Amino acid sequence: MEAIAFYLFSILTIVMFSIVVFSKNALYSMSALAAGMILISGFFFLLDADFLGVVQIIVYTGAVMALYAFGMMFFDTTKDVKEKFQSETITKVLWISAGVLLLCIITAPFVGGHLALDTPLSSEILDGANNPQAVGVVLFTKYLAQFELAAVMLLVAMVSGIILVGKKMDKSITLDEQLERKVETEEFDVKDNR
Amino acid sequence: MTIGLTHYLVLATILFVIGLMGVIRRTNLLLLFFSTEILLNAVNIAFAAISKYYADMTGQMFSFFIIAVAASEVAVGLGLLVLWYKRNGTIDLNSLQEMKG
Repeated sequence: MEAIAFYLFSILTIVMFSIVVFSKNALYSMSALAAGMILISGFFFLLDADFLGVVQIIVYTGAVMALYAFGMMFFDTTKDVKEKFQSETITKVLWISAGVLLLCIITAPFVGGHLALDTPLSSEILDGANNPQAVGVVLFTKYLAQFELAAVMLLVAMVSGIILVGKKMDKSITLDEQLERKVETEEFDVKDNR
Repeated sequence: MTIGLTHYLVLATILFVIGLMGVIRRTNLLLLFFSTEILLNAVNIAFAAISKYYADMTGQMFSFFIIAVAASEVAVGLGLLVLWYKRNGTIDLNSLQEMKG
């Protein structure tokens, strides 16, 4: 049962993320990324990390993807993305060699057989139903300082996001600004001529 | 057939390589951000798997902090991206090369 779920989720996730990387349309990429995020939360539920799965759905698909969707209103997303790919062979060699190297690094200790675990070590804190409670206990005792730092970081990020995007929000950003720029330069030209 | 820790780590590696491919290949800044999200998610899966198979909550905690970092990264990065688009009218990576060195 677990094997079926694992393989189903992994195939779907890999397909979705490949669409993200290879699609020419940014809108398709974003939709595929949202689907992939939800599928990844399936892995967290499989791994008895229920709270993490819920957070994944809420934060990634609820907040991050919504933020991307709002951000994409500023860009032309219906058009295909025009990209100038520089020398496909070099990039292919780069990512294939990087992938093989990474796979070797990660699987080498397990192929050696010293660290391989087919069944999880038994522990009652990692039971799925008790997981949120266990997370709360660990988060508010052992990792309290880090938790507060993360909170401050999120606050700073929120303020900076508002300041960066919200400036001159009353003006239209694409058409009017170019027109204004043109008018300004023409005015300067006129002044210079005088 | 049981699913071991190695399965999850191999899956995380595959997803990480897909994200890496995106980071190397794409030149659109928005799609680069998407690829970064894929990288972070792949690492999250590996952390959660190790957390389960070694019966230690630390992996899940790291995943939480990674999610927090990703959320703030998106807020700041998207703001900068919008500013760049306002100024230049493009979010292509090559438009960042202003100094023709």
